[in-house]
Amino acid sequence: MCLGVPGRVVDVSDEDGVRMGRVDFGGVARKVCLEHVPDVVPGEYVLVHVGFALSKLDELEARRVFDLLEELGQLEDVGP
Amino acid sequence: MKFIDEYREGDTIARLRDAIAATATRPWVMMEVCGGQTHSIVRYGLDELLPAGLELVHGPGCPVCVTPLQTIDRAHAIAARPGVMFCSFGDMLRVPGSNGDLLSLRARGADVRVVYSPLDALELAAKHPEREVVFFAIGFETTAPANAMAIALAKRRGLANFSAIVSHVLVPPAMTSILEAPERRVQGFLGPGHVCTVVGTAAYAELAARHRVPVVITGFEPVDLMDGILRCVRQLEAGRAELEIQYTRAVRTEGNLPARALVDEVFEPCDRAWRGLGTIPMSGLQLREAFRAHDAETRFAVEAIATRESPRCISGRILQGLAKPCDCPAFGAPCTPDSPLGATMVSSEGACAAYFLYGRKRAS
Repeated sequence: MCLGVPGRVVDVSDEDGVRMGRVDFGGVARKVCLEHVPDVVPGEYVLVHVGFALSKLDELEARRVFDLLEELGQLEDVGP
Repeated sequence: MKFIDEYREGDTIARLRDAIAATATRPWVMMEVCGGQTHSIVRYGLDELLPAGLELVHGPGCPVCVTPLQTIDRAHAIAARPGVMFCSFGDMLRVPGSNGDLLSLRARGADVRVVYSPLDALELAAKHPEREVVFFAIGFETTAPANAMAIALAKRRGLANFSAIVSHVLVPPAMTSILEAPERRVQGFLGPGHVCTVVGTAAYAELAARHRVPVVITGFEPVDLMDGILRCVRQLEAGRAELEIQYTRAVRTEGNLPARALVDEVFEPCDRAWRGLGTIPMSGLQLREAFRAHDAETRFAVEAIATRESPRCISGRILQGLAKPCDCPAFGAPCTPDSPLGATMVSSEGACAAYFLYGRKRAS
């Protein structure tokens, strides 16, 4: 139920005073409410739940998981 | 797809599996809170990658599952009224009430629509002013901003024919109730990643400190979940009990401030009954006075409906991490997703339905 799908913002528009936009999910674009991500710009990724963007996805943070894994690998390499 | 494929990569998962195995020296019981996490864990078989002694138990984070039978029956009574256009998320369609589900109501002539977003229901209300459009507003904190937005816009746009059955639930009171149960087994939590994108992490830091339990706010992809388990095991092994955020690409400490403000404007906390768990104080959201004109349950008076849960169903124990689906004598026969006996079998995010769907057999 709390499904959140990452997608790339294609454009931003105003509909009846609500910030909306098209978001691309791997080739399929959908209209999404962007009211709660006021600083998002086209090209950035958002996490979408029931047609609402909940947060902007942070690329640097996204990479951190894998950086930590790299460290893990190096530690194992020098281990006994 | 970006932000998805890299989190499903087999080599990465194998490395995390090895790191978990190298870290764990004792048995530990961890609970993933969200139904979405349960579904991923069972779908990808992540629990089977863990060393013996590390156990995942499955939490109450499936809003469809914990919606009381009585609420479902009341919703069905409203959906069956002439003139009502009943809008629901797809997950709720097959959940049986005492007399069939929404699909069977539709087959008998009710106007039941599946919506992807609450704004779709609002659009239907604008398009059909002669109809009463009723939206079944269920969900956790993740869904509350969207549902609040639809109700706030209905008020702002004067859509008097739009109303909602609000049955919202909140995660921290349910976690507290699990931690305070006398039989508690849970020693660490994988916390609800998407809930925290909205509300932030303060309540979870408090929970970790007050109950001396590690809480790792975790995402939903296999790499996220294995990473969350590793972090949780590290804390348990080191005797730490802290809030940690694994899902940093989406979760900020303060959550989403505009979304929180809107939820607070439209909803207020209330006591709420959870299917399988009973009533938990201040564990739900209801409409504030200023928005009660859009409350479907006052608009359509439904007479009291008596409901009875199956005495065989052990979903209450499963939702608290005290039992597994395979422990239930009714699992698989007669209880299946097509004819569920209780909470954890009614939605694919319920532990029983996930076990059934992915072929987990009863332990011999």
